[in-house]
Amino acid sequence: MTDFTPVASLIGGLLIGFSALMVMFFHGRIAGISGILSRLLPPWYGMGGVLWRVAFLIGIVVSPFIYQMVTGSAVSQSVSNDKVTMILAGLCVGFGTGIGSGCTSGHGVCGISRLSLRSIVATITFMAFGIITVYIIRHIIGGSA
Amino acid sequence: MVKAIVGFLSGIVFGLGLVLSGMSNPAKVLNFLDIFGTFDPSLIFVMAGAILIVFAGYKLILKRKHPVFAQVFQIPTRKDLDKNLILGAAFFGIGWGIGGFCPGPAISSLLLGSEGIIYFFPAMLVGLTLTKIIKA
Repeated sequence: MTDFTPVASLIGGLLIGFSALMVMFFHGRIAGISGILSRLLPPWYGMGGVLWRVAFLIGIVVSPFIYQMVTGSAVSQSVSNDKVTMILAGLCVGFGTGIGSGCTSGHGVCGISRLSLRSIVATITFMAFGIITVYIIRHIIGGSA
Repeated sequence: MVKAIVGFLSGIVFGLGLVLSGMSNPAKVLNFLDIFGTFDPSLIFVMAGAILIVFAGYKLILKRKHPVFAQVFQIPTRKDLDKNLILGAAFFGIGWGIGGFCPGPAISSLLLGSEGIIYFFPAMLVGLTLTKIIKA
Protein backbone atom coordinates (compact mmCIF):
# COMPACT_ATOMS: atom_id res chain seq x y z
CA MET A 1 0.00 0.00 0.00
CA THR A 2 1.02 3.60 -0.59
CA ASP A 3 -0.77 6.60 0.91
CA PHE A 4 -3.26 8.52 -1.22
CA THR A 5 -1.70 12.00 -1.51
CA PRO A 6 -3.99 14.15 -3.66
CA VAL A 7 -2.69 17.56 -2.51
CA ALA A 8 1.04 16.80 -2.72
CA SER A 9 0.49 15.05 -6.05
CA LEU A 10 -1.50 17.98 -7.45
CA ILE A 11 1.18 20.48 -6.37
CA GLY A 12 3.88 18.15 -7.77
CA GLY A 13 1.97 18.01 -11.04
CA LEU A 14 1.76 21.80 -11.16
CA LEU A 15 5.55 21.98 -10.69
CA ILE A 16 6.12 19.49 -13.51
CA GLY A 17 3.80 21.54 -15.69
CA PHE A 18 5.52 24.79 -14.74
CA SER A 19 8.86 23.30 -15.72
CA ALA A 20 7.40 22.28 -19.09
CA LEU A 21 6.27 25.89 -19.54
CA MET A 22 9.79 27.13 -18.76
CA VAL A 23 11.18 24.83 -21.44
CA MET A 24 8.67 26.12 -24.00
CA PHE A 25 9.09 29.77 -22.99
CA PHE A 26 12.89 29.74 -23.12
CA HIS A 27 13.76 27.02 -25.61
CA GLY A 28 10.56 26.62 -27.64
CA ARG A 29 10.59 22.89 -27.03
CA ILE A 30 8.32 20.18 -25.69
CA ALA A 31 9.56 19.02 -22.27
CA GLY A 32 9.67 15.33 -23.09
CA ILE A 33 12.22 13.55 -20.96
CA SER A 34 12.75 10.59 -23.30
CA GLY A 35 13.26 13.04 -26.18
CA ILE A 36 15.70 15.21 -24.23
CA LEU A 37 17.64 12.13 -23.13
CA SER A 38 17.57 10.56 -26.59
CA ARG A 39 19.04 13.71 -28.11
CA LEU A 40 22.15 13.18 -25.97
CA LEU A 41 22.63 9.56 -27.02
CA PRO A 42 24.42 8.28 -30.14
CA PRO A 43 24.26 8.56 -33.10
CA TRP A 44 25.06 12.27 -32.62
CA TYR A 45 24.15 15.00 -35.08
CA GLY A 46 26.01 18.10 -33.91
CA MET A 47 26.25 19.84 -30.57
CA GLY A 48 23.31 22.26 -30.93
CA GLY A 49 21.05 22.34 -27.88
CA VAL A 50 23.18 19.87 -25.94
CA LEU A 51 24.17 22.22 -23.11
CA TRP A 52 20.70 23.13 -21.80
CA ARG A 53 19.55 19.52 -22.12
CA VAL A 54 22.47 18.25 -20.04
CA ALA A 55 21.86 21.01 -17.48
CA PHE A 56 18.14 20.15 -17.37
CA LEU A 57 18.85 16.47 -16.70
CA ILE A 58 21.43 17.31 -14.02
CA GLY A 59 18.76 19.51 -12.40
CA ILE A 60 16.46 16.48 -12.22
CA VAL A 61 19.25 14.32 -10.76
CA VAL A 62 20.03 16.78 -7.92
CA SER A 63 16.40 17.75 -7.21
CA PRO A 64 15.75 14.99 -4.62
CA PHE A 65 18.64 16.36 -2.54
CA ILE A 66 17.24 19.89 -2.73
CA TYR A 67 13.90 18.45 -1.64
CA GLN A 68 15.61 16.78 1.32
CA MET A 69 17.42 19.97 2.30
CA VAL A 70 14.27 22.10 2.10
CA THR A 71 11.80 19.73 3.75
CA GLY A 72 14.21 17.85 6.02
CA SER A 73 12.55 14.59 5.05
CA ALA A 74 14.17 11.84 3.01
CA VAL A 75 12.83 10.80 -0.39
CA SER A 76 11.33 7.38 0.14
CA GLN A 77 11.44 4.86 -2.66
CA SER A 78 10.59 1.24 -3.06
CA VAL A 79 12.36 -0.22 -6.07
CA SER A 80 12.61 -3.85 -7.16
CA ASN A 81 16.22 -5.06 -6.89
CA ASP A 82 15.72 -8.01 -9.21
CA LYS A 83 18.33 -7.69 -11.94
CA VAL A 84 16.46 -9.44 -14.76
CA THR A 85 13.19 -7.64 -13.97
CA MET A 86 14.76 -4.20 -13.96
CA ILE A 87 16.88 -4.75 -17.08
CA LEU A 88 13.81 -5.99 -18.94
CA ALA A 89 11.81 -2.99 -17.68
CA GLY A 90 14.54 -0.56 -18.74
CA LEU A 91 14.85 -2.07 -22.22
CA CYS A 92 11.07 -1.89 -22.75
CA VAL A 93 10.86 1.72 -21.51
CA GLY A 94 13.84 2.86 -23.59
CA PHE A 95 12.78 1.02 -26.74
CA GLY A 96 9.11 1.93 -26.33
CA THR A 97 9.56 5.65 -25.67
CA GLY A 98 12.14 5.75 -28.47
CA ILE A 99 10.00 4.32 -31.27
CA GLY A 100 6.82 5.78 -29.76
CA SER A 101 8.44 9.25 -29.74
CA GLY A 102 7.57 10.11 -26.15
CA CYS A 103 6.87 9.15 -22.59
CA THR A 104 4.72 10.31 -19.68
CA SER A 105 5.97 13.90 -20.00
CA GLY A 106 6.14 14.37 -23.77
CA HIS A 107 2.91 12.55 -24.65
CA GLY A 108 1.12 12.42 -21.29
CA VAL A 109 1.58 16.01 -20.16
CA CYS A 110 2.72 18.21 -23.06
CA GLY A 111 0.93 16.31 -25.84
CA ILE A 112 -2.42 16.00 -24.10
CA SER A 113 -2.21 19.71 -23.19
CA ARG A 114 -1.87 20.48 -26.91
CA LEU A 115 -4.83 18.16 -27.57
CA SER A 116 -2.59 16.13 -29.90
CA LEU A 117 -4.41 13.03 -31.13
CA ARG A 118 -1.14 11.08 -31.35
CA SER A 119 -0.29 11.87 -27.73
CA ILE A 120 -3.78 11.09 -26.47
CA VAL A 121 -3.72 7.70 -28.23
CA ALA A 122 -0.16 7.01 -27.01
CA THR A 123 -1.08 7.89 -23.41
CA ILE A 124 -4.18 5.69 -23.42
CA THR A 125 -2.07 2.89 -24.92
CA PHE A 126 0.79 3.02 -22.39
CA MET A 127 -1.62 3.42 -19.46
CA ALA A 128 -3.63 0.43 -20.67
CA PHE A 129 -0.55 -1.74 -21.19
CA GLY A 130 0.82 -0.64 -17.81
CA ILE A 131 -2.43 -1.66 -16.11
CA ILE A 132 -2.54 -4.99 -17.97
CA THR A 133 1.11 -5.71 -17.12
CA VAL A 134 0.64 -4.98 -13.41
CA TYR A 135 -2.53 -7.07 -13.42
CA ILE A 136 -0.72 -10.04 -14.96
CA ILE A 137 2.30 -9.75 -12.64
CA ARG A 138 0.37 -9.18 -9.41
CA HIS A 139 -2.90 -11.02 -9.87
CA ILE A 140 -2.24 -13.80 -12.39
CA ILE A 141 1.40 -14.72 -11.79
CA GLY A 142 1.14 -13.43 -8.21
CA GLY A 143 4.68 -12.12 -8.09
CA SER A 144 5.94 -8.98 -6.39
CA ALA A 145 2.95 -7.33 -4.72
CA MET B 1 25.88 29.89 -19.82
CA VAL B 2 22.49 31.53 -19.26
CA LYS B 3 20.88 28.69 -21.23
CA ALA B 4 22.58 26.16 -18.97
CA ILE B 5 21.44 27.94 -15.79
CA VAL B 6 17.85 28.23 -17.01
CA GLY B 7 17.95 24.59 -18.13
CA PHE B 8 19.32 23.53 -14.75
CA LEU B 9 16.62 25.47 -12.87
CA SER B 10 13.88 24.02 -15.10
CA GLY B 11 15.24 20.55 -14.38
CA ILE B 12 15.19 21.20 -10.64
CA VAL B 13 11.55 22.34 -10.79
CA PHE B 14 10.68 19.26 -12.85
CA GLY B 15 12.47 16.94 -10.43
CA LEU B 16 10.94 18.57 -7.36
CA GLY B 17 7.56 17.97 -8.99
CA LEU B 18 8.39 14.31 -9.52
CA VAL B 19 9.52 13.85 -5.91
CA LEU B 20 6.72 15.85 -4.25
CA SER B 21 4.04 14.17 -6.36
CA GLY B 22 5.25 10.66 -5.52
CA MET B 23 5.81 9.90 -9.19
CA SER B 24 9.49 9.19 -8.42
CA ASN B 25 8.50 6.23 -6.22
CA PRO B 26 7.94 3.10 -8.34
CA ALA B 27 5.75 1.58 -5.61
CA LYS B 28 3.32 4.48 -5.99
CA VAL B 29 3.31 4.20 -9.78
CA LEU B 30 2.70 0.45 -9.66
CA ASN B 31 -0.17 0.96 -7.21
CA PHE B 32 -1.63 3.56 -9.54
CA LEU B 33 -1.56 0.97 -12.33
CA ASP B 34 -2.96 -1.73 -10.00
CA ILE B 35 -6.58 -0.63 -10.38
CA PHE B 36 -7.88 -4.10 -9.39
CA GLY B 37 -5.62 -4.30 -6.33
CA THR B 38 -3.94 -1.77 -4.04
CA PHE B 39 -5.04 1.14 -6.23
CA ASP B 40 -3.53 4.54 -5.38
CA PRO B 41 -5.19 7.24 -7.52
CA SER B 42 -2.64 9.95 -6.57
CA LEU B 43 -1.05 10.03 -10.00
CA ILE B 44 -4.31 11.15 -11.58
CA PHE B 45 -3.77 14.36 -9.61
CA VAL B 46 -0.21 14.66 -10.93
CA MET B 47 -1.45 14.42 -14.50
CA ALA B 48 -4.37 16.77 -13.81
CA GLY B 49 -2.16 19.43 -12.23
CA ALA B 50 0.45 19.23 -14.97
CA ILE B 51 -2.02 19.22 -17.87
CA LEU B 52 -4.04 22.06 -16.37
CA ILE B 53 -1.12 24.46 -16.13
CA VAL B 54 0.48 23.43 -19.43
CA PHE B 55 -2.83 23.69 -21.32
CA ALA B 56 -3.32 27.27 -20.07
CA GLY B 57 0.36 28.24 -20.20
CA TYR B 58 1.05 27.01 -23.76
CA LYS B 59 -1.78 29.20 -25.05
CA LEU B 60 -0.15 32.28 -23.54
CA ILE B 61 3.43 31.39 -24.46
CA LEU B 62 2.66 30.44 -28.06
CA LYS B 63 1.18 33.89 -28.67
CA ARG B 64 4.73 35.23 -28.44
CA LYS B 65 6.78 35.65 -31.62
CA HIS B 66 9.53 33.27 -30.57
CA PRO B 67 11.05 31.63 -27.48
CA VAL B 68 13.70 33.53 -25.52
CA PHE B 69 16.67 31.44 -26.68
CA ALA B 70 15.53 30.32 -30.14
CA GLN B 71 14.07 31.63 -33.39
CA VAL B 72 10.99 29.42 -33.49
CA PHE B 73 8.74 27.27 -31.32
CA GLN B 74 9.27 23.65 -32.33
CA ILE B 75 5.89 22.00 -31.92
CA PRO B 76 5.31 18.48 -33.29
CA THR B 77 3.06 18.67 -36.34
CA ARG B 78 2.32 15.02 -37.12
CA LYS B 79 -1.31 13.96 -36.86
CA ASP B 80 -1.21 10.39 -38.24
CA LEU B 81 -1.44 7.38 -35.96
CA ASP B 82 1.32 5.11 -37.19
CA LYS B 83 2.40 1.62 -36.17
CA ASN B 84 5.51 2.85 -34.33
CA LEU B 85 3.50 5.17 -32.09
CA ILE B 86 1.19 2.39 -30.92
CA LEU B 87 3.88 -0.29 -30.74
CA GLY B 88 6.21 2.04 -28.86
CA ALA B 89 3.54 3.12 -26.36
CA ALA B 90 2.64 -0.54 -25.78
CA PHE B 91 6.27 -1.48 -25.07
CA PHE B 92 6.67 1.56 -22.84
CA GLY B 93 3.51 0.61 -20.89
CA ILE B 94 4.80 -2.94 -20.38
CA GLY B 95 8.17 -1.68 -19.12
CA TRP B 96 6.44 0.90 -16.90
CA GLY B 97 4.25 -1.83 -15.43
CA ILE B 98 7.21 -4.12 -14.79
CA GLY B 99 9.57 -1.63 -13.12
CA GLY B 100 7.40 1.32 -12.10
CA PHE B 101 9.85 3.76 -13.70
CA CYS B 102 9.28 6.05 -16.62
CA PRO B 103 12.23 8.13 -17.93
CA GLY B 104 11.87 11.22 -15.67
CA PRO B 105 11.67 9.36 -12.34
CA ALA B 106 14.49 7.06 -13.48
CA ILE B 107 16.73 10.12 -13.84
CA SER B 108 15.66 11.59 -10.50
CA SER B 109 16.47 8.23 -8.89
CA LEU B 110 20.02 7.98 -10.22
CA LEU B 111 21.76 9.03 -6.99
CA LEU B 112 19.14 7.81 -4.51
CA GLY B 113 20.99 4.56 -3.94
CA SER B 114 18.52 1.88 -4.99
CA GLU B 115 19.93 -1.28 -6.55
CA GLY B 116 17.19 -1.49 -9.19
CA ILE B 117 18.06 1.80 -10.88
CA ILE B 118 21.59 0.51 -11.54
CA TYR B 119 20.05 -2.16 -13.79
CA PHE B 120 17.17 -0.11 -15.14
CA PHE B 121 18.92 3.06 -16.29
CA PRO B 122 21.65 1.59 -18.56
CA ALA B 123 19.07 -0.78 -20.07
CA MET B 124 16.81 2.19 -20.82
CA LEU B 125 19.71 4.01 -22.51
CA VAL B 126 20.41 0.90 -24.61
CA GLY B 127 16.75 0.77 -25.66
CA LEU B 128 16.69 4.47 -26.58
CA THR B 129 19.96 4.24 -28.51
CA LEU B 130 18.74 1.17 -30.41
CA THR B 131 15.61 3.00 -31.58
CA LYS B 132 17.64 6.04 -32.55
CA ILE B 133 19.82 3.81 -34.75
CA ILE B 134 16.76 2.07 -36.22
CA LYS B 135 15.05 5.38 -36.94
CA ALA B 136 18.18 6.95 -38.49
